[in-house]
Amino acid sequence: VSVITQDGRVIVGTLKGFDQTVNLILNDSHERVYSSGAGVEQVALGLYVIRGDNIAVIGEIDEDVDSSIDLAEVKAEPINAVVY
Amino acid sequence: MLFFSFFKSLVGKEVIVELKNDLSVCGILHSVDQYLNIKLVDISVPDTEKYPHMISVKNCFIRGSVVRYVHLPAEEIDVQLLQDATRKEVAQLKSQQTAQVAAPSK
Repeated sequence: VSVITQDGRVIVGTLKGFDQTVNLILNDSHERVYSSGAGVEQVALGLYVIRGDNIAVIGEIDEDVDSSIDLAEVKAEPINAVVY
Repeated sequence: MLFFSFFKSLVGKEVIVELKNDLSVCGILHSVDQYLNIKLVDISVPDTEKYPHMISVKNCFIRGSVVRYVHLPAEEIDVQLLQDATRKEVAQLKSQQTAQVAAPSK
């Protein structure tokens, strides 16, 4: 899954578990850093617990489509943080 | 509870959810819960793909607290029904309040 956090980060990992308050346990996670300059940077994180308060969006990644994207080619502005 | 019921009546319709971080996501409303968390199926990002992060995502869960707007096609909405439901809700809340005021004074 791809998790977008409220501070605008994108973290990709395998969803191991969750609870009522949408806290998540993510395995083999890495952060995808997008910038308008170079392509996409991936930072390895391992096993992560993300608190539900901090989550904005959880997206189900289609493995086939995802493996066909060349991340070095993708350029985009970073996502904004959530403003209440 | 009113808007929870309202969204339940819109399941299966295509909506655009605009989030508080300026991201917009278009998709079919799959489900909603008491926190107004939204699950959308068959995502597309309308903002000329300014947000490529969602290219490989088909379905997503959006936390209710990050939603700014839910854009709905006008044809889907029965305004009369919504107005009646709102009036009933207000009347219900008012009668709850007067009951609460009466009880503690006893």
